[in-house]
Amino acid sequence: MSRYLIRRLVLLAPTLLGVSIVVFVLVRLLPGDAVALQLQDARASAADEAALRAGLGLDRPVYVQYVDWLATVLRGDLGHSFRSHQPVVQELANRLPVTAELGLIALVIAALVATTVGVISAVKQDTWADYAARSAAIGLLAVPGFWLGTLVVTLPSVWWHWTPPLRYVRLTEDPARNLSIVVIPAVILGLGLSGGLMRLVRTQMLEVLRQDFIRTAAAKGLAEHSVVIRHALKNAFIPALTVLGLQVAVLVSGTVVLESIFVLPGMGRYLLESVQARDYPAIQGLNLIFATVIVLTNLVVDLLYGWLDPRVRYA
Amino acid sequence: MIAPPATLQPVAVPRHAGEVQRHPGAPAGLRSVSQFLRKKPMGAFGAVLIVLFLGLAVGAQWFAPYAYDVGNTADRLQGPTLAHPFGTDANGRDLLSRVIWGARISVTIGFGAVAISTLVAVVVGVSSGYFGGWVDLLVQRVVDVWISFPALVLLVSLVAILGPGLWSTTLVLGILLAPGTARVVRSAVIAMREQPYVESARCAGAGHVRIVRSYVLPNISAAILVLATTQLGVAVLAESTLSFLGYGVPPPFPTWGSMLSGTGRAFMLQSPWLSIWPGLAISAAVFGFNMLGDALRDVLDPRLRGR
Repeated sequence: MSRYLIRRLVLLAPTLLGVSIVVFVLVRLLPGDAVALQLQDARASAADEAALRAGLGLDRPVYVQYVDWLATVLRGDLGHSFRSHQPVVQELANRLPVTAELGLIALVIAALVATTVGVISAVKQDTWADYAARSAAIGLLAVPGFWLGTLVVTLPSVWWHWTPPLRYVRLTEDPARNLSIVVIPAVILGLGLSGGLMRLVRTQMLEVLRQDFIRTAAAKGLAEHSVVIRHALKNAFIPALTVLGLQVAVLVSGTVVLESIFVLPGMGRYLLESVQARDYPAIQGLNLIFATVIVLTNLVVDLLYGWLDPRVRYA
Repeated sequence: MIAPPATLQPVAVPRHAGEVQRHPGAPAGLRSVSQFLRKKPMGAFGAVLIVLFLGLAVGAQWFAPYAYDVGNTADRLQGPTLAHPFGTDANGRDLLSRVIWGARISVTIGFGAVAISTLVAVVVGVSSGYFGGWVDLLVQRVVDVWISFPALVLLVSLVAILGPGLWSTTLVLGILLAPGTARVVRSAVIAMREQPYVESARCAGAGHVRIVRSYVLPNISAAILVLATTQLGVAVLAESTLSFLGYGVPPPFPTWGSMLSGTGRAFMLQSPWLSIWPGLAISAAVFGFNMLGDALRDVLDPRLRGR
């Protein structure tokens, strides 16, 4: 077990290194570089431009820049934003809670909706409830989050002159108001995730419900809800958990879209702004954080999997 | 390592096992189509939707009543009328025509991207799974990096580098979809590698190319076809998201995503139908691909049912 954990942790390093190299090179390939964008309004001379370029360290070869950047990252520093000149770590720390809150609420909603509907759908297989649930699941997979978001921002304001609150309030300032703002995009994001998960929970439940130990549990007189929830769901949910872990990557893309529609000051919107402004340190920092989160969740899910299902062996 | 749970399990169906029994009197192809329609009504519905979109995409110039890029500003933001069944946009362009032309862009990018991703995935997955060893280890680390990227980041940066356009979007989406398929192909090939008939082919002296072409690929082709169908839906969805964020095929080309994008939102408050038709088109297309993919999987690959 500990050998397995060490091996997995060691394999994380080359993955993250690979991601960081690719991002580092990608941002420098973007047309219209950071210096040109910063100086486009001011009438700057060639000397000014060279000075700014040297100041940002962009006059050196790319590999030197990368090694420098990597050295600062290993000291826990992600450099300074080209735009605000604040440390990137601080910029991210301001935005992380917004995105984390949105993502976590969405995950919880997705898990709750998918389990409830999936279990009902499996227990009532081939009834109208099952058909309705399955159609809903496929429908949810087909509706793009940005469309649902746009409709929620547009239609209620046309019909009832009501718009979702678009001025962000921090969770620490006013929890109730904050939740009322975040809950709408979180529901949209969560529903989008729940479609695929629902289908998985249903098929897993159907499989488990046919097992012998379920018949035994029912035969010894346990109540139906106890059989379904304590015996069947516990086993059926394990594969769903893995998929939920894999969905974190999808979630990241989802937050980018919904944060821009609902004007939330989170990491997703910051990413789009940073790409537009060619703010290299910010883009690099964001990608490193996103990739770390994705890789770590996958690891945690794999470990949880073995803990929930002792039949799984680590090698 | 933990065995990959809940994802696609490799299929080891012998080459001709899934074939419908031939009856005298009816051509086998027609028979299986009619059987498909009867047994999988939802899949057939999906197929009808797809055929409809393909038809609109191919014949956009005949079906669209107006040009997609010419509008009469006097007619701007009209509600649904006989002349403009879907209404008109802020530039007075006919929305129905724009949605029809949008089908061509979505379908082109969708099929192009899936073709690229399937090709790359088969090459990567087969070489990784078939040869195993250090080739596998090395290739899988690259796939790890590929998968650990937040998809949208890669999309947005690559499109910005290549310059927005039809081909860059197609290429970038293809690159993005490939690693997932490559993983599935790899695990299917690994299961195939140890099959007795592959072993016997090897004993008979068949080379790598021949084994892969005649024994491995035919047996994973059903899984690849099913996956590709589902990925068409994913590609259409991703393309529209990219266009929505302003990184898709640039105007004046009418993409469904850009019709819904932020700049149009002010006009949507005046004329809500602007926000409805393009979104409905995206959903219907993705729905069709998913339905068809589901039904195909049940028919071609019973072991993957419901996964």
